[in-house]
Amino acid sequence: MTSRILSLLRRALPGCALVLASSLAQAQLAIEITGAGANRMPVAIAAFQGENALPRAVTDVVRADLERSGLFKMVELGPSPMGADTPPDFDRIRSRGADAFAVGTLSPSGAGRYQVLFRLFDTPKQAALGSQALVMTPNQYRTTGHRIADYIYEKLTGEPGVFSTRIAYVLKVGSRYELQIADADGSNAQTALASREPIISPTWSPDGSRLAYVSFEAKKPVVYVHSLATGQRNVAANFKGSNSAPSWSPDGSRLAVVLTKDGQSQLYTVNADGSGVRRLASSSGIDTEPSWSSDGWIYFTSDRGGSPQIYRVPASGGDAQRVTFEGGYNVSPRPSPDGKSLVYVSRNGGRFQVTLLDLASRQTQILTDSSKDESPSFAPNGRMILYATEVGGRGVLAAVSSDGRVKQRLSVQSGDVREPAWGPQPRN
Amino acid sequence: MKYPRLALSLLTVSLLAACSSAPSTDGQSGAAVEDRSSASASGVDANRVVPVDANAAAGAGIAALKDPKNILSKRSVLFDYDSYVITDQYRPLVEAHAKFLVANPKMKMLIQGNTDERGSREYNLALGQKRADAVKKALTLLGVSEAQVESVSLGEEKPSCNDASEACWSANRRGDMLYSGEF
Repeated sequence: MTSRILSLLRRALPGCALVLASSLAQAQLAIEITGAGANRMPVAIAAFQGENALPRAVTDVVRADLERSGLFKMVELGPSPMGADTPPDFDRIRSRGADAFAVGTLSPSGAGRYQVLFRLFDTPKQAALGSQALVMTPNQYRTTGHRIADYIYEKLTGEPGVFSTRIAYVLKVGSRYELQIADADGSNAQTALASREPIISPTWSPDGSRLAYVSFEAKKPVVYVHSLATGQRNVAANFKGSNSAPSWSPDGSRLAVVLTKDGQSQLYTVNADGSGVRRLASSSGIDTEPSWSSDGWIYFTSDRGGSPQIYRVPASGGDAQRVTFEGGYNVSPRPSPDGKSLVYVSRNGGRFQVTLLDLASRQTQILTDSSKDESPSFAPNGRMILYATEVGGRGVLAAVSSDGRVKQRLSVQSGDVREPAWGPQPRN
Repeated sequence: MKYPRLALSLLTVSLLAACSSAPSTDGQSGAAVEDRSSASASGVDANRVVPVDANAAAGAGIAALKDPKNILSKRSVLFDYDSYVITDQYRPLVEAHAKFLVANPKMKMLIQGNTDERGSREYNLALGQKRADAVKKALTLLGVSEAQVESVSLGEEKPSCNDASEACWSANRRGDMLYSGEF
């Protein structure tokens, strides 16, 4: 239903940004698509047989997810459902222009649950691409839709989807700060921590169960580790001076942090429970924003050469290497999940912009046309980069694909959203 | 309205100071957040009585700190853009606070460094630390004990002014001096 209205709107207002999530709740993130891929694959998701038993159709969630990725163009097949067990009418679907399509059936599986069986087809080849069966309660229509979208995305692109992932960010309304967790599409926002003092630099543990962040509730920056399911917190770093910029080791046991206990801001590692602090590197300037890569490096920002630039040091210790050379201000490095590229914020003529560096070719690309970008982080499949920026004087979140084409924006009706961090793939 | 809360917070600060005075293994304070409420119940000898002086931070000194006619009521050192040097304008202020801290060795000071909003939050946190450290260094050179002062940074997180203008940015490039009971 929603998608039909959207497609009407799309036809009526070509080129207009579409607000996909229309919730009016103040603190609900609304997502807009502000740029799409050049060659979007036309895909149809038929209404599933029996899904009208759910509070909302799973296929609405699937279509919105695939559309939002910027890689697919949704083709309408009309309101009549197409079940998983009826041979599809390839000719009719091809005449609509869909290169691939999904059909499915929901059937009761006892104890108030449903089984969703869906099949994905290649239209020109008239061939099955795969099928999957999932069990769900009616209220899990959103989670189930994200999982179906992940399956379809992976079959059609060869990369894992990230529709089932979560994001963390800080919402500031008036003088109140909330550390929130939401689904990657901005829905289901939940508050993990509320405070009257700032919260910055949230970062996900590799298993997605904990967040490390900096809270100023003690009138100074202190690093905490917070278990999301229980709300339990422990102090990971509260030394004399400032404690900040946590980054998890790939095995989730240690954090790289910035401490000032021995003078200027310098890099250390510490166990997640706060024990076992060790100096990682030494310089006569500022070292900050460590970010642990999957291939054993810790990237960081340092002004040891006169201006803030990105360096890296082996996580096991050793000599630092300079990574960025162009421009006078390159900060907030985050390596891609495969370690092959690096995203950071560069200052270009007074504008702060998300920039991608291919570590092998040394090619750089400015990915945004905004001017106050901060805190970039990769989606776990490496395709999208989530960051904070400003639109009309308000803090919003935005995402851009690693080729710079696909663009989304997430904002709330009132208040600033900032300090985003894209979480890992859920472990099922 | 404000006084009972201040008194309570002074008492809390003294209590916390008493609790955290036991040496911790690696210099960390507060191993677990929950310890704040349970520390006295768990880790401490039940028969031990910890003396708390609710007036420790009060007395003659405090009045001077609040008296608008006294230089000690002024707490902010402003810095130039991209600078971490205390200008001559603020020398008398820093000297007055140094003299006060030397005369009141039980008083502790938290110096909070701040920056304007431009650029990375974490990098700004490190820049704010340099401002706080500059104030701390000036105080210790004037005879204040290292143990009396802690320099921390609030980076760009607590601006005193919220417009995107040069006047505002310069007001946010500052080091603030807070005394026991104020933080």
